[in-house]
Amino acid sequence: MVAHVTTPFQSIAEIRANLDDGTYSCRELAESLISRIEEHDNDINAFITVTADDARSTADAQDVLIAKGQAGPLTGIPLAHKDIFCTEGVKTSAGSKMLDNFIAPYSATVVAKLKAAGCVTLGKTNLDEFAMGSSNENSYYGPVRNPWQTSHVPGGSSGGSAAAVAAGFCPVSTGTDTGGSIRQPASMCGVTGIKPTYGRVSRWGMIAFASSLDQAGVFARNAEDAAILLSAMTGADPRDSTCIDAPIADLTQELSTPLTGIRIGVPEQYLSELDAPMADLLTSALFEMEAGGAKLVDISLPHTRYAVPAYYVIAPAECSTNLSRYDGVRFGYRCEDPEDIEDLYKRSRSEAFGDEVKQRILVGTFTLSTGYYDAYYRKAQQIRRLIHQDFVAAFNSVDVIAAPTCPGPAFRLLEKISDSIAMYLQDIYTIPVNLAGLPGLSMPIGQIGEMPVGMQLIGQYLDEARLLGMAHQFQQRTDWHLATPTLQATGVSHG
Amino acid sequence: MAVNKETVLTIATLAHLEIAIDQVDDQIDRMNRILDLVDEMQAVNTHEVRPLATPFDQVQRLRADEVTESNQREKLQSVATRTSDGLYLVPRFVE
Repeated sequence: MVAHVTTPFQSIAEIRANLDDGTYSCRELAESLISRIEEHDNDINAFITVTADDARSTADAQDVLIAKGQAGPLTGIPLAHKDIFCTEGVKTSAGSKMLDNFIAPYSATVVAKLKAAGCVTLGKTNLDEFAMGSSNENSYYGPVRNPWQTSHVPGGSSGGSAAAVAAGFCPVSTGTDTGGSIRQPASMCGVTGIKPTYGRVSRWGMIAFASSLDQAGVFARNAEDAAILLSAMTGADPRDSTCIDAPIADLTQELSTPLTGIRIGVPEQYLSELDAPMADLLTSALFEMEAGGAKLVDISLPHTRYAVPAYYVIAPAECSTNLSRYDGVRFGYRCEDPEDIEDLYKRSRSEAFGDEVKQRILVGTFTLSTGYYDAYYRKAQQIRRLIHQDFVAAFNSVDVIAAPTCPGPAFRLLEKISDSIAMYLQDIYTIPVNLAGLPGLSMPIGQIGEMPVGMQLIGQYLDEARLLGMAHQFQQRTDWHLATPTLQATGVSHG
Repeated sequence: MAVNKETVLTIATLAHLEIAIDQVDDQIDRMNRILDLVDEMQAVNTHEVRPLATPFDQVQRLRADEVTESNQREKLQSVATRTSDGLYLVPRFVE
């Protein structure tokens, strides 16, 4: 057991100051967090792989840089990557039996950028298989449990990354968001999470689910940390033709901008269906924004109710196409003793994909098949444009839109797993943002019972700095983001 | 629109997936519940609405037709279950 050199819930700014003044070293910090993971992750299951040896050697290298006075903002900052980002030499499973044997031969652009920035990777976090799910119960490696109450889910699909930050295993982590997979678990775990504009961050080396929706983002304990980490992930990438051709962004530039005069749109459709406790917390958060000088404006997003139906055509269609690459030939799981090539394809896929993934592949294959394309896929893309136009119209009169992140707090494990539709509706407030490609942020605004809940801020294209600035200003006025769960020590080693 | 057993089995073949005989009815039920949800879209008049394939109608960015990657065949094939002489091995399908 290594003595803890720090409280596990320090911000990047606090860690930076302590590393730079020698209060503790990168190595001591990494050892401290590895020890915490070993103590507690048997209960949480946030990690699929802990890369302790890599973390130690990287931390040592960062200590040398600090000693030379060459530290950057992220030198020595520990983090965890969602296990959907290829990491050279490390198992990259996407939460699937299909890739349980896959040691990535290269690193994703996101991983390479953060490594170059000096981050110390502690490991790869658990997720719903191929990022398909809203509770992290669809993982081949077992469900992640919510650090606030281990009987509850952490949300998904980036449940491991959200839980890791909430549990104090790392100050920041990466995630991906196709229909809410960063914002929903951020809300349920009481942390800050942001999905930037589609194309803001390179998708190269990020295992694909639905390519027109997938986007990488971050989890952090506060908006300032999220801004620092996300800034280092941005920038054009010649290897991803959908990555926006824009230079690396400084997303910290509006942290000190006051809320004064910012027009926040509040969509009537999003608030009218909420249960009272959730509506009350959202109303209180909006009053706090108003007290800080923001102006609340009623808006309408009339096609919201059609977002989930359209999404469950578009995402499965893209999923069925993307996941056709898993055929047992070039990488991933291969069945034993195939009789012929068809048997190889069919049994490899059937034995290695989980139920939800198979379900979505089947739905996607159906909606793209002859005779059904226009009724489903084309129709969904038309709805997608209407949803996009709703947002464009709203942003004519407001700067930012505020909404719930999800309908309520985290639910119990197994509560919704047998009801696909109930699970899909968890993402009703996040999916429209992905369909339009806008940036969205979730930040803690209170608790219902013992469980945290968040509010979503939706911005215009490339307006992440404003969202992060507003969240930072809110967090200067409130302390919900400082609340932390109490973990029970079990002393079981992660291995 | 509802799918039947024949459609589900055809789709499974197209998707290279097996559905166990005792799970076909359950699969039909689950697909139909999703299609019921999806069919809510039909209530929207989308006449003359242009489909949106990607956010903000992105146009594919082009680059110069130059070789930018090195040959890493051995490294990339190291994750395959069976290879020989730089080729992936699969069951024989041409006699």
